[in-house]
Amino acid sequence: MEVRFKLNGKEEEVTTEPYLRLIDLLRDYFNLTGTKEGCGVGECGACTVLMNGRAVNSCLVLAAQANDSEIVTIEGIAEGEVLSSLQKNFLTYGAVQCGFCTPGMVLSASALLDQNPNPTEEEIKDAIAGNLCRCTGYKQIIEAVKETAKETIE
Amino acid sequence: MNEEFSVVGKKIIREDGFDKVTGQAKFGDDYKFDGMLHSVMLRISEAHAKINSIDFSAIEKSEFLFSIITSADIPGTKKVGMIKNDQLVFCDEKVVTPGDVLAMLVGESESQLRSLLSKIKVDYTPLPVLNDPKKSLDKDSILIHPETGTNLIVHHPLRKGDIEKGFSESDEILEQTYTTQLVEHSYIEPEAVIAIPLGTSQGVKIIGSIQNPFTTRRFVANVLNLPLTKVRVHQAHLGGSFGGKDDTMCILSARAAVAAMKTNRPVKIRYTREESILESYKRHPYILNYKVGYAKNGKIKAMKVDILADGGAYVSMSPFVTWRTVVQATGPYEIENVHTDVRAVYTNNPYTGAMRGFGSPQPIFAQESLMDEIAARLRMTPDEIRRVNGLKVGSVTATGQILKDHEVNLVRVLDVACGNTDFITKWKRNKKKKSIAVELNSLSPILNDSQFIKQNDLIKKGIGLAVSFRGCSLGAEGTDAAAAYISIQNDGSVYLDCGLAENGQGLRTTYSIIASEVLGITTDKIIYLELDTGITPDSGPTVASRSTLMGGGAVKNAAEILLERLEKFVKAEFKLGEDDFVSFRENLVFSRRKGLIAKFPEVCKLAYSRGVSLASIGWYKSPNVYWDEEFGQGDAYFTYVYGCQVAEVSVNIATGEVYIDKITAVHDPGKVINRLGAEGQVYGGVTQGAGYGIFEEITTDKGFIRELNFDTYTIPTSKDIDEIKPIFIEGKDSYGPWGAKSLGEPTLELTAAAISNAVCNALGKRFFNLPLNLEEVLLSKKLRPADIKRGSLL
Ligand code: FES
Ligand code: FES
Repeated sequence: MEVRFKLNGKEEEVTTEPYLRLIDLLRDYFNLTGTKEGCGVGECGACTVLMNGRAVNSCLVLAAQANDSEIVTIEGIAEGEVLSSLQKNFLTYGAVQCGFCTPGMVLSASALLDQNPNPTEEEIKDAIAGNLCRCTGYKQIIEAVKETAKETIE
Repeated sequence: MNEEFSVVGKKIIREDGFDKVTGQAKFGDDYKFDGMLHSVMLRISEAHAKINSIDFSAIEKSEFLFSIITSADIPGTKKVGMIKNDQLVFCDEKVVTPGDVLAMLVGESESQLRSLLSKIKVDYTPLPVLNDPKKSLDKDSILIHPETGTNLIVHHPLRKGDIEKGFSESDEILEQTYTTQLVEHSYIEPEAVIAIPLGTSQGVKIIGSIQNPFTTRRFVANVLNLPLTKVRVHQAHLGGSFGGKDDTMCILSARAAVAAMKTNRPVKIRYTREESILESYKRHPYILNYKVGYAKNGKIKAMKVDILADGGAYVSMSPFVTWRTVVQATGPYEIENVHTDVRAVYTNNPYTGAMRGFGSPQPIFAQESLMDEIAARLRMTPDEIRRVNGLKVGSVTATGQILKDHEVNLVRVLDVACGNTDFITKWKRNKKKKSIAVELNSLSPILNDSQFIKQNDLIKKGIGLAVSFRGCSLGAEGTDAAAAYISIQNDGSVYLDCGLAENGQGLRTTYSIIASEVLGITTDKIIYLELDTGITPDSGPTVASRSTLMGGGAVKNAAEILLERLEKFVKAEFKLGEDDFVSFRENLVFSRRKGLIAKFPEVCKLAYSRGVSLASIGWYKSPNVYWDEEFGQGDAYFTYVYGCQVAEVSVNIATGEVYIDKITAVHDPGKVINRLGAEGQVYGGVTQGAGYGIFEEITTDKGFIRELNFDTYTIPTSKDIDEIKPIFIEGKDSYGPWGAKSLGEPTLELTAAAISNAVCNALGKRFFNLPLNLEEVLLSKKLRPADIKRGSLL
């Protein structure tokens, strides 16, 4: 079946099987391997992408559902070599260890900041509660998001 | 040691950070190769069975199938293992635990291959299943590996002093039993590996999520019957390991390699989460019996410890894990008379091996619970009892080792932790608060006002602490040395490499910091090379929190060799007097007399043109340690680190829920090299430790795991722990780079014990079984499905 959608700012059109998941389309067809699979059942958030500005688990979305939508993956967040301020703060605050959860975390946090530029700590925790990280204990991730919000407000 | 540091101890950004925040970092499953085949595993639904035959005839002609890989395809050894070769790469004779793999199918598509699995006919005879480690050593017990003649994997005894005399001199004696649960590492990246055939003269290349490339190389070489040089292992970015991507990855690599050699195509294996949890090893569940005799002043006179560890179906790392346990079983206390036995046994349960903490979180839970209980009986505070017994400089440990050559900071971390949290005041206040009792004396369904509990009254506050000492690196477990390679280019940029592996913990950044500190250059001048066993010198395994200490020592050594060479060269080249002094700082080179003489790149270019070698290999070998197997006596580790964690919790007495308000983690890791990384280690370790303490648990039914994914196996999320406060006490040490030692594991091992003591402070009752989940807190027992009947009130 035909799927037409905007991927990281570019119009795309592909033929896909009805059972294919969005994560497979992104990783296998578009080679966008920044989107990770950690559980395949919607629990870990490693596969998070933005769909029309909202963070979704791409392991739970069928490729066909992306039709007419706008998808942003981690590869679409930086502008070339220039990191977004959120990405920069992830580095400055030590929010990255093994980095497997990082793409999903960055996207969940981006979605939050887009909708709510000045979130409370509770709101930040809520926004990333669906993204599991086994390395960082989340503290430095929360710091990075807080700082990004502060910079944007200033 | 009052050096001024320019990079060490500062907050430095990870060298691999850019690739990781942009999604460019390649993990195992992100690699693809032309002609690459995929694979699926054949298993049966049995924990213990004899395989009579496997009939592939129904699928042999399938267009989905490229090849079937079985034990018969293995040219070398069919059984492998970290310490003992007891694990079949393909179990075609017998399965001994549900994760076992009989054979592997390879083909173009994973999903197509999966559809073939149910068509394969396996004829097998189920065997009796052994799940209870307490029965493993019974005379009439079935044997998991009959050829060994016993289910005993290992027994570590330790005898110090005269235990009977110790008890007879005691005023009181206390005996308790504790249990700890099976838990899963839960690295977020499941296992993935690709084997690429390189032709007869070159052998095979392995790329994957591998914790210890050199161990993987050994496994693959043995299985393929190739020399080590013909197996090149390249580590992909590793999505977490925590000790967990060792044996499993070695075996997966071996399977992929056998398939690659047979098919002459690259072969990828990648696991789903379910397969990962099903087959990978876990943390040992322990049963711990403690008997302790003490005097009225709190001084412990004697401790008798008997520990049984469930090793599951394979030896794996059990002998080393339980060896750390025997060394540390009596805690960071000086006790004259000690009698310890630690045993690990086989069962048909999922096998257990290395996991961050490595045999320490279990005894720490027991001994720290015990110390609090003794304190309570003697009306002492938790810190008092630990001060009376805690290790100090010159103390003799349970293994008879005299602590010297480093600051023994146990009491100091305890004092800092107590001071920082206002521990005593809070502990006493929480203890005093009366528990609420609701009288339900009428059977009337209508309650009167006094029978309603106010929401606020349901929450009880508690505070508790735990302390530990931890032997650094491998100790008497094995050879302990590491190598590093540095090569300065003629433009002043630098290649750095070490045989220890980046597991996500930030080791490359730490090493870059060390090299740049010594060479007086900024970290951006350093490119860290990928670990490839074909190029990098073998440095043993990346385990035991030994990276900073051992690998860091090797990097420092390599950098110092080059520095000395450059100093000599500069003195000659710039005609400085013998008594002048050359220093390297921020990419510049100075003479004490002449001031700035050149930029670092200029010096390198000159040196290169004069034929000075700018490459070196550094080496760091641990001092010798000694161990007597029979009595468990000796200098077990060459140095130790100390830690104290304080947990502050809120406990809901209606639901049994424990909420963690704050963990204050005071650690002496020696010199802190990489501050950002060190803090990250504390946050991450404490969070894992808290999960271990309050909800993580793998339960099994006849060896079958019930929690096969994160929907049922819950690990801490962003909302489970309110605050974590890391505090570092940088104790001096004559070993390691500038005295830097270990941190990764100490951060995890204390948390569960501290939380348990805090919940006890809140509720007034002690806990003996991890985790402190709802039913443990409310009912002091674990509910198993067999306990729960429909509509039952228990
Ligand atoms: S892989 Fe999609 S939520 Fe885990
Ligand atoms: S950084 Fe490893 S899982 Fe988050």
